[in-house]
Amino acid sequence: MIFSFDLLFEAILFGILLGCFYAAVSIGLSVSFGLLDVPHVAHPAIMILGSYCTYVVAAWGLDPILSGVVLMPAFFVLGVLIYRFYYETFERRGSDAGVRGLAFFFGLAFIIEVGLILGFGVDQRTVHAPYIGSSLALGEYRIPYRMLVAFGVALVLTFALTLYLSKTFTGRAIKAVAQDEPALRLMGANPVRIKQWAFGIATGVSALAGAMLIIVGPVEPALDRLYIGRTFCVVVLAGLGSMTGTLAAGLILGVAESIVLMMLGASWAPAVAFGLLLVVLGIRPQGLFGR
Amino acid sequence: MKFWIGIAVVFLAALGTALSGANEYFFYAGYVVLTFVVLATAWNILGGYAGYVNFGTGAFFGLGSYSAVVLFKALSAPLALQIVAAAAVGAALGFGVGIMTLRLRGIFFAIATVAILFIMETLMVNWRYVGGATGLQLLRPEVIAPFPSYTRMLFVVMAFLALLAIAIARYVQISWIGRGLRAIRDSEEAAECSGVPTLRLKLFACVVSGALMGAAGAPMPMYLSFVEPASSFSLNWGVSALAMPMIGGTAHWIGPVVGALLLGSIQQIVTVTISNEINVLVVGVLLVLFVVLAPDGIVGLFRKLVGRK
Repeated sequence: MIFSFDLLFEAILFGILLGCFYAAVSIGLSVSFGLLDVPHVAHPAIMILGSYCTYVVAAWGLDPILSGVVLMPAFFVLGVLIYRFYYETFERRGSDAGVRGLAFFFGLAFIIEVGLILGFGVDQRTVHAPYIGSSLALGEYRIPYRMLVAFGVALVLTFALTLYLSKTFTGRAIKAVAQDEPALRLMGANPVRIKQWAFGIATGVSALAGAMLIIVGPVEPALDRLYIGRTFCVVVLAGLGSMTGTLAAGLILGVAESIVLMMLGASWAPAVAFGLLLVVLGIRPQGLFGR
Repeated sequence: MKFWIGIAVVFLAALGTALSGANEYFFYAGYVVLTFVVLATAWNILGGYAGYVNFGTGAFFGLGSYSAVVLFKALSAPLALQIVAAAAVGAALGFGVGIMTLRLRGIFFAIATVAILFIMETLMVNWRYVGGATGLQLLRPEVIAPFPSYTRMLFVVMAFLALLAIAIARYVQISWIGRGLRAIRDSEEAAECSGVPTLRLKLFACVVSGALMGAAGAPMPMYLSFVEPASSFSLNWGVSALAMPMIGGTAHWIGPVVGALLLGSIQQIVTVTISNEINVLVVGVLLVLFVVLAPDGIVGLFRKLVGRK
């Protein structure tokens, strides 16, 4: 093990970039699971679906980020449909929704994963753009442009969603439904329609997150399994439904993973997110910024 | 009494076929189906009776496999000892998971089991002694006397484990333990208030379930003559172990057995005739279909049908 402050600094720098990226891929889950209490285990799978859709759209010559944005409306509709279905079959029937809802989303994740394997094979896929593959030289440090792009998009996405939830009428309604559903019903609002809208937004954001995923690195269908740990770690560590918390938790995970990557090597990296998740669940299940 | 006669008849039938001249492939496929019977039955003790969803079946199964491999490599331990040790390790992990149920329920518990799965896999990937990420080739020992081949012997061993699992699951279901677990599933607070020893029962369910899953994993390295982390700790074990009871019906011990026999056989046929990917797809699609359309599984459908007449 070689240790030097130079390396540590580089690891932290890379960790911050990585952390913002992790925050961005988790923010959809922060809405769907954190605010709406939907046991959305299929979130990472939908994100990988977004990556593959980006791959297809970008193959026509469109910029990957732009492809992600173009895909957002389609994923919004997909999200609305998924929530509608989930509501009609599980939430409305009430009893025992927990076990079956979980099983449903778990099954959905596997269907998406295998569907992608059948459609694209198990090989890794990448996209091409001018900013992928080159890096910015800052003195002696080299920062890949793709990380910077993901960093930028992640920040924009997080702040846009934070603003949307705190400043707009619908956004506040979404937060209200998370706080007290019966009260919202008494105010004359329809909680189901608001949740449907929110779940749509969460899924739409996943399309862009998927686009970033394929920009940051090659994507394969089974990658969603690893991201179950990362996304849930970030959302639980953040405290359910806290957007700024999501950014902070993403940074913690990113820096931790980057330091482990540097000190122990790549084979230990997958355990970081899951280990951190277990620790948080064991010690402070309400997270850092719990509601 | 009828149950025990049934168990004895099935075991003797399995033993008889193994000693007969039936096609070798039957045992090769049958072994896997029986493994699923054990896993599904074990999953159902915690997931079906108590309502705690475990996605990390692979963690117990893989740990069972690796316990067996370590014992085999270090001491050339016989298969029976490997299985007992694997069950003990599975039970220990189950105890740890049971402690977690103190604070975690629902999706939090489920996600924690996924975390354990990946942490176990990472540990084994980084453990040189058992071959790391590339895995380990194993040389099967000599087959024991009456059996014509090693696969046939493993088939009988797994049949024994499956029947043992079924007997345990049935006992848990019809005894006061099962009533307590069902009370926990319906409302843990209400159960606690009515004097059900919830923690003890949950620990019991986790330990038994974990021990059976660990035991099911022990003969797998011998069956494949090979062990590696990626497939031993796969999330696919988890989805199958969850889908089979859900499809068969979680309320009765026969549910997971029906689900595992049905789905396991379909998987074997699909793997041979079409592809390995499709068989995971079949599990996923059937799981979603049953969860949505027939929440009580095949057993529930059957009961409805009989009840109508």
